[in-house]
Amino acid sequence: MSSEATQSDQKPVHRAIVAGHGEFAAGLVSAVEQITGRGSQLIPIAVHQLGVADIEALLRERMIAADVRVIFTDLQAGSCTMASRRILRGMDDAVLIAGANLPTLLDFVFAEGMSAPQAARHAAERGRAAIAVHGAGA
Amino acid sequence: MTLVLYRIDDRLIHGQVVVGWGQPLDIGFIVLVDDTVAAEEWEQELYRMGVPPEMDIYFHSANDALEQMAKYRSDPRAGILLTGDIATMRRLVDASGITAVNVGGVHSAAGRVQRLRYVFLTPAEERELRDLAGRGVSVTAQDVPGARPVTLDDLLAGSEL
Repeated sequence: MSSEATQSDQKPVHRAIVAGHGEFAAGLVSAVEQITGRGSQLIPIAVHQLGVADIEALLRERMIAADVRVIFTDLQAGSCTMASRRILRGMDDAVLIAGANLPTLLDFVFAEGMSAPQAARHAAERGRAAIAVHGAGA
Repeated sequence: MTLVLYRIDDRLIHGQVVVGWGQPLDIGFIVLVDDTVAAEEWEQELYRMGVPPEMDIYFHSANDALEQMAKYRSDPRAGILLTGDIATMRRLVDASGITAVNVGGVHSAAGRVQRLRYVFLTPAEERELRDLAGRGVSVTAQDVPGARPVTLDDLLAGSEL
């Protein structure tokens, strides 16, 4: 039995932001919650109808308000990634993981023994390795 | 090939451009015309990292772009010319014979009124778009290739909201 408190008996602590196209963030966080019950570590952010400056302002505001230093985004070329890279330029202790997938986030929420940035780097490797191709079709 | 799309998009390089249009049009290069980005190496590196390795990206100020336009139009690859605002595209149209402009994304900001899910315009910007149309340029709004192009009249009427 783990000695760690579960989220059901303590106030959730946010550890990262998840942002991306459409409902990417809400969908992934929902999946993390369904699988692990630890979805509350993640703050999903959608950026519908926002320009670049507003996306950056929103992400920065949420990072500061929740005191998190990790951002997961969906696409290297995406607006959230671009905005996050601008934020990181003045935030040396923060980490951006672009191209995040569900295995990435699952690894992250369980890596509570590490700092959030360390956990994010570890999770990125796990997510990268979690893509598999099955079947022999050409 | 040549420049196959002239797009106004204030997000500049992002998923819709690189993937949404880039893949079906088999885009080989993007010409990003923006005075601020053209003057800052860090900004260029930011956008450069957003495009896949098989796609080239070139940065120009508006004035510089006009001088380079013929070169890009004779490029054997298909390319996208991208501006972050209507005024810059208008400068290019005035001087380089662009015949069709895609309004891909002009997002919410002070003084702008929503005309489409992804297009918000000030009265001055609306006049600029009408002016482009008055010069014979086909102006349509379309965020991704699979979406139906919205005519300028419908865009400005807000009838597609």
